[in-house]
Amino acid sequence: MPLTLRRTALFDRHVAAGAKMVDFAGWEMPVQYEGVRQEHMAVRNSCGIFDVSHMGEIETSGPQALELLQRLLSNDVSQIPVGGAQYSVLCREDGGVLDDLFTYRLGIERYLTVTNASNHERDLEWFQAHAADFPEAQVSDGIDDWAMLAVQGPLARERVQAISDWPLPPRMSVGRRRLAGADVLVCGTGYTGEEGVELLCDPAAAPALWDEIVRRGAMPAGLGARDTLRLEVCFHLYGNDLSVERGPIEAGLGWCCKEDTRFIGAEAVRAVRAAGPAEKLVAFEIDGPGIARQGNQIVGGGVVTSGTLSPSLGRGIGMAYVPAARAATGTRLEIDVRGKMRPAVIKDKPLYRKGS
Amino acid sequence: MAQASYPDELLYHPEHDWARIDAADPALATLGITWYAQDALGEVVFFDPPAVGTTLAKDASYAEVESVKAVSDVIAPLSGEIVEVNEALSENPAMINEDPYGEGWLVKVRLSEPSERDSLMDAAAYRATLAG
Repeated sequence: MPLTLRRTALFDRHVAAGAKMVDFAGWEMPVQYEGVRQEHMAVRNSCGIFDVSHMGEIETSGPQALELLQRLLSNDVSQIPVGGAQYSVLCREDGGVLDDLFTYRLGIERYLTVTNASNHERDLEWFQAHAADFPEAQVSDGIDDWAMLAVQGPLARERVQAISDWPLPPRMSVGRRRLAGADVLVCGTGYTGEEGVELLCDPAAAPALWDEIVRRGAMPAGLGARDTLRLEVCFHLYGNDLSVERGPIEAGLGWCCKEDTRFIGAEAVRAVRAAGPAEKLVAFEIDGPGIARQGNQIVGGGVVTSGTLSPSLGRGIGMAYVPAARAATGTRLEIDVRGKMRPAVIKDKPLYRKGS
Repeated sequence: MAQASYPDELLYHPEHDWARIDAADPALATLGITWYAQDALGEVVFFDPPAVGTTLAKDASYAEVESVKAVSDVIAPLSGEIVEVNEALSENPAMINEDPYGEGWLVKVRLSEPSERDSLMDAAAYRATLAG
């Protein structure tokens, strides 16, 4: 662990807003301001804003940029149009997941990949090591070049549109816009299950942009709400639901693996897909009181990788790896929550749907 | 309650628990968690009460409170046997945040070693540990 925690360009804003700050992957980040539940509901019902500047960026450019990314990323990178976005995983040769990431195609030969904070250094080394085989591809670390804000919720696009010089890019697209005078990469993505945008900009411009969007009605939301929001819609969190110990098929991410592109790990993924995984990541709801947490064991085999109280549903939810034979929707589980057996039921993903 | 407060009439344990000795019966105490503890936890969403009759050992965990993000042990400031639990918390655990010394009490205990109270801190001493 680093001796000093890194701070984002918005650190002073968080402190001034009374946020509880925590160490997250070496960064001093806001876990909550007013309260997780309140921030969660603001994103579900209106609009919240998150500082996600701790996430890393890797830029890949040059005539062989596509070839390099096709080798590294599990999805078919050739399918991303200029101005498009794509989700994929980064695998080792054995299929173990190194990271899950969004890649944006900023130009014909220019891509920006957003990494998880905890994996950024490892990802960057992995990219650079493999770039040696592609002399006409350049890999550069963008972590100090970008601040990143996520504005999420049913009113998020409206709030951001009001300060944009041009219509916002649609979902899964990216474009440069002037927002309140700042030069911003606007991405039609997010990780909450709501409409919204993610904004990448010069860290020096981030505080004024944050202030303007907050002034227009976005509630500052911390990593606590980000976690409950993503878990309700069953989005993976690296370090919980994804790790080098398991592959993308086990994690239910076969949809973003295109083995024919021959990415690193493709053969291992192909073999698991053909044979069927031994374990599957399932979503569950606790039946009754109690909240399962990461690491809780499932009676008869399996382990909880994420667990929380769902603010939208009002009960304990989570995701767990269970033996494939016991992974069907409706299967009843017993989870050992610190010595108390809590009954749970495997549910379809996502656990939360709009209007449910 | 938004502002830190540590009532003078309570006794405090370093693990952020309080005890109120009954005015009429010095072997009966009400237990709860301090303002500092509930603030550190954030909004409490679940309190799993121990059963009446459970034996408490001073300095050992006797219950759990959970916020959205985390679970935290509740440490017994005194030894004894639980004679009553705050059933209202099952429906409304956020009372622990709103009124940690009143409606947010956790259990009432028949003390087995009433002299243990001498090892607890008064409000001024507890406040001093927080200031450090």
